[in-house]
Amino acid sequence: MITSQQVALAKEAGKRIHHFHGGLRLRHHKKISCQVPVERPPLPDLLAVPLLQHAGDISEPLVHVGDVVLKGQQIGQCQPCAAVHSPVSGIVEAIEERPMSHPSGQPGPCVVIRPDGKEQWIDFKPLSDWLDASPDRLIAHMQNCGLAGLGGAVFPTHAKVRDGRDRNTHTLILNGVECEPYISCDEMLMREQPGKIILGARVLRRSLGAERVIIAIEDQMGAVQKALTGCAEFADSENISVIKVPTIYPEGGERQLIQVLTGLEVPVDGRPSDLGLLCQNVATAAAVAEAITEGKPLIDRYVTVTGNGISHPRNFKALFGTSVSHLVDQCGGYTDDVARVVIGGPMMGYPLSSDDAPVVKASNCILALTHADIADPQPEMPCIRCGECARVCPAMLLPQQLHLHIKNELWDSAQAYGLTACIECGCCDFVCPSHIPLVDWFRFGKGALRRRALENEAAELARKRFENREARLLRIKQERAGKMTRRKQLLKDKAVQQDRIRASIQRAENKGRTKPPGQSSGAGDDT
Amino acid sequence: MLISVLIISLLGVAFGLGLGWAALRFRVDSDPVVERIDALLPQTQCGQCGFPGCRPYAEAISREEADINQCPPGGDAGIRALADLLGREPKPLNPENGEETSKTVVLIDESRCIGCTLCIQACPVDAIVGAAKLMHTVIASECTGCDLCLPPCPVDCIDIVKAETRPPRWQRPRPQIALDRVPLP
Repeated sequence: MITSQQVALAKEAGKRIHHFHGGLRLRHHKKISCQVPVERPPLPDLLAVPLLQHAGDISEPLVHVGDVVLKGQQIGQCQPCAAVHSPVSGIVEAIEERPMSHPSGQPGPCVVIRPDGKEQWIDFKPLSDWLDASPDRLIAHMQNCGLAGLGGAVFPTHAKVRDGRDRNTHTLILNGVECEPYISCDEMLMREQPGKIILGARVLRRSLGAERVIIAIEDQMGAVQKALTGCAEFADSENISVIKVPTIYPEGGERQLIQVLTGLEVPVDGRPSDLGLLCQNVATAAAVAEAITEGKPLIDRYVTVTGNGISHPRNFKALFGTSVSHLVDQCGGYTDDVARVVIGGPMMGYPLSSDDAPVVKASNCILALTHADIADPQPEMPCIRCGECARVCPAMLLPQQLHLHIKNELWDSAQAYGLTACIECGCCDFVCPSHIPLVDWFRFGKGALRRRALENEAAELARKRFENREARLLRIKQERAGKMTRRKQLLKDKAVQQDRIRASIQRAENKGRTKPPGQSSGAGDDT
Repeated sequence: MLISVLIISLLGVAFGLGLGWAALRFRVDSDPVVERIDALLPQTQCGQCGFPGCRPYAEAISREEADINQCPPGGDAGIRALADLLGREPKPLNPENGEETSKTVVLIDESRCIGCTLCIQACPVDAIVGAAKLMHTVIASECTGCDLCLPPCPVDCIDIVKAETRPPRWQRPRPQIALDRVPLP
């Protein structure tokens, strides 16, 4: 339960900097990709836009093969999630299974578009009167523009904002804490487009009905603070503050950032909105600004292409559907000793099976690692119960215990040990002296818990349907039996009646038969 | 002496009445153990256990007329859960009842379906819709994969298909070796 005292503390977010448990100080490796300004890569020959980009179901395609699409035209829809738009103008060449950027490495349905090079946009429908527009209109517009959290979880923005508005959010936190090594797309965005972020913050604040905005950045981002506080939009706005937090991984996690800013923990089964807080990534805020004030749907994002396996690491503003290999080519290609391409950072990313996979809303970083980066896979040794993992765990879990229970598939006790609170940050993995792939186990365990919940739901449904069917069959049987007895009764009644009729006929006949002799006798008497 | 006897007897009568009333007021109609066993069964209603549905099997287990290892869809995990609940030793699945397989659903080949309604009558969870002489179809989200509709089909137009496991239904596999790890330099 959240007390009013805690909400009051949450309202003072940012006044003091607190700490979260555990975490790691990692080397940054960010500078290598921040040397050149962000550019748009040249248009690729073909773009494959996956229809599965968000948490939730696969979108329904709205276009057919051979259709001409405009830049920004909606090509996929999926009801509670956000829309998918065409990143270019061109012709839909196919809707088929293609490599996707997904941890499973499996292909998925993509809309393949061949650009015509005209870059013809749809008519923008901006909400230029957003200062007077109702929050509902703003939120609906966010959904139509396909906005989703660009920090990595890709949760549809409209759903999050609607939830935040319904729960009286007082403070909006813009997360510019890019704590994972190598990734620098948010930093570059804040440096280059601070105005958009501030504008987006104001739009989000208005749709939430919040009072304050906190933009949290790392204490090493000196240029960023200057850029944000120096822009004209910042000077025009009230109640927006830029707060520096110490750089400790995984501070960019929503719950960790809230803990640093307020000293409060978000309950495991709760959300930041319970405290009246709402976190959005800075890139999401910039996308919100573009969507509301310009009417531009979400069709591109800042992507970091970096790592020792890339010749000239840098950031791009890449269209969704651009293949990873196209972006790598624009960076001068791979170096000779490249070993693996990872989507995301080195701590939480997943290896890509093919660099034909496209950039999607969730792709913040393309990381190419060399053989020297990747230590040889070490044999997994038994847990020696040293407790290092528990010391670094930012969620204050006991990874060794969780590992034990998941390995033995004891799901109830794994849940009791707080498996669902794991944020998969990889700190335990990193420090484990026995090289146990703890996070892999936790991801497996979380998947199993989700599957179990779904199975229970399905079983409950099946039980209900089975019981309903049994009841129906019983009812039909009883009805039939009732009908039968009634009919039998009727027949019996009929038989009885016929007996009666027959009896009366008999009687009548008997009378008739007995009478003539009487008459004849009478006649005889007369004669 | 008399007073103590009286008090104790009065108390006895009062408690007796209270308990008697409670027994009537809070009477449990069905056996709660059956409910708890039923909750652990997968509810496919497939009848592979030899009983016409999961609940009858649960009732048979509670009467100790059936063993706990007769449910193939529940598999080893199900047997372990039942063993935990009933305080018995887990045992391997009885091969006479079938093998543990991954979840499937059935699919009606609509071009071959003649609309005989036999499968509709066989489905224990009403997951097939259709009418006489009209095409039938399976509601995939409600199909339990019991395969009871297969034998009655006169034209053999029902196929077993694996349940969807691709994203977003994809599940992470059990970790094997530490290949996924991306250590920092």
